[in-house]
Amino acid sequence: MKFAHDTWLIFRRQTQLLLRNPVWIFVGVFQPVMYLLLFAPLLKPALNAPTQAAAYKIFVPGLLVLLAIFGGLFQGFGLIAELRAGIIERSRVTPVSRLALLLGRSLRDVVSLLVQAVIITLLALLFDLRIFIGYLLLAYLMLALIALMTSAVSYGVALKVKSEDALAPLMNTVAQPVLLLSGILLPLTFAPGWLQGVAKWNPFSWAVDGVRALFAGDLSNAKVWQGLGIIAVLAVAGVVWAARQFARSVR
Amino acid sequence: MIETRGLRKSFRSRAGKETKTVDAVRGVNLEVAEGEIFGFLGPNGAGKTTTLRMLATLIEPDGGEATIAGADLRKDPAGVRRRIGYVPQGGSTWDDSTAREELVLQARLYGIGKADAERRATRALDAFQLTEYADRKCKTYSGGQRRRVEIALGIIHEPKIVFLDEPTTGLDPQSRAHMWDEIRRLRAEGMTVFITTHYLDEADALCDRIAIMDNGEVVAEGTPADLKREISGDVVLVGLDLSATPQAAELLDTEEYVNKLETADGGGLRLFVDDGATAIPQILRRLDHAGLDLRSIELHRPSLDDVFLTKTGRSLRES
Ligand SMILES: Nc1ncnc2c1ncn2[C@@H]1O[C@H](COP(=O)(O)OP(=O)(O)O)[C@@H](O)[C@H]1O
Ligand SMILES: [Mg+2]
Repeated sequence: MKFAHDTWLIFRRQTQLLLRNPVWIFVGVFQPVMYLLLFAPLLKPALNAPTQAAAYKIFVPGLLVLLAIFGGLFQGFGLIAELRAGIIERSRVTPVSRLALLLGRSLRDVVSLLVQAVIITLLALLFDLRIFIGYLLLAYLMLALIALMTSAVSYGVALKVKSEDALAPLMNTVAQPVLLLSGILLPLTFAPGWLQGVAKWNPFSWAVDGVRALFAGDLSNAKVWQGLGIIAVLAVAGVVWAARQFARSVR
Repeated sequence: MIETRGLRKSFRSRAGKETKTVDAVRGVNLEVAEGEIFGFLGPNGAGKTTTLRMLATLIEPDGGEATIAGADLRKDPAGVRRRIGYVPQGGSTWDDSTAREELVLQARLYGIGKADAERRATRALDAFQLTEYADRKCKTYSGGQRRRVEIALGIIHEPKIVFLDEPTTGLDPQSRAHMWDEIRRLRAEGMTVFITTHYLDEADALCDRIAIMDNGEVVAEGTPADLKREISGDVVLVGLDLSATPQAAELLDTEEYVNKLETADGGGLRLFVDDGATAIPQILRRLDHAGLDLRSIELHRPSLDDVFLTKTGRSLRES
């Protein structure tokens, strides 16, 4: 099928170029590991958790969702560089599927996020975190959908604004409230009522609650399915919108 | 091979609070024949790139129609894409990729199978004398080498027509000459080549036919020889100091053998006359009589710049 084939071509190219850049790999792996090793030990007393493993069950899901959001949102910068180099123009004169131009890139971002997630999970296992593999895979599905959505949106916005100078403040303005109003780093259990009320409108808050429930082994928690549903719908919407930006005139 | 009727495009751009509309292309009618090198000559901002991008299906025209190698631009953009190649002005290669990787990928984006794509890449590298650098990253190439990779990318699927946007801009003279040979080779292989340029000598030496574009419109079209012949007669360049120029212009403008007179920016005059050989003695006598100091006098056949000048009132060298 042409569309799948086109997506694969773009995905493979983008992945090759990524692997060619050792700095990126170092940062992508090193940074989350630092969080895990240096930040997490502060958590047990701060969260009043009975054990280190219990603290990790709360912190690791937040860290993973955080990586998924930010990893995705900042992919637009790479696209602007490609735009400037004429790569997008060159692709758009071929009959290649416009959706594939987007999806090949976004899937690369999803895969690299999942690699980070696996590394973090493995490390956390060393610190006595335990999670059922089926639940872990569901959590990864949620992360993949988040990364798909944020990277697609980032690419779409990059095609619209066409300059790093405009993209950077825009992404920061979006990311900051999303981060603060979601309970990603610390759960909102102890937050004042109004903050919890605001967080209800933040899809990432649902996502992180869902992932925490999965890490806690609580599949019956409604947040799991609600979170997955909300993020899936948003991811599809983001992909459709961004693919239309690839089809429209860009320069 | 290419036929356009009334092709138009405006851009809305924002400068501060005001939005203003730029009419980049205002109704272009063109006919390009099969197997020729057709040139679009015009200064920066004339609308050359915008026209090319419309023909390459990258932006939608606001109005007008075009047929490209038998495919209708509006009804069948996918058909147009299959038949054309397009090499953008600002480059199209990625620093960290190699020429071979870029060529194979581009072929595959056109739906060509893996083995065939690799064969084509090897052949293209050979044809463009790039084999030696084929597996080095593009960022290590010289300007001329990189430009050749980009042209190879544009024709990897063997299109009937290839659009080259300013293929020699920024190249040193030797690379330019090399590039001209490559472009002639494409024509020899049966391709129709549509190039844009703002170099007069390039339009003159390389193109079979040209259209002169200014301010979004085609102001003249034909073979370089025909266009120059349209300006009947000769051009006499009179070198004068800036201070003496207005007076000399006034004097000579009334002479009946002067068909047209232009003032050069740095002083001096450009006179269009029927016969330079008989005009020069008369010009000399007239200026001498008025006591004006002549620095130099020069006779030449009309150039494309003279064509541009008579059509637009400006010199292409200055704009
Ligand atoms: N994407 C765009 N947005 C706004 N203005 C544009 C855009 N592309 C071109 N223009 C304007 O249209 C005019 C023609 O540009 P262009 O076609 O690039 O000219 P040329 O290639 O002959 O130098 C210029 O005034 C240019 O600033
Ligand atoms: Mg241009």
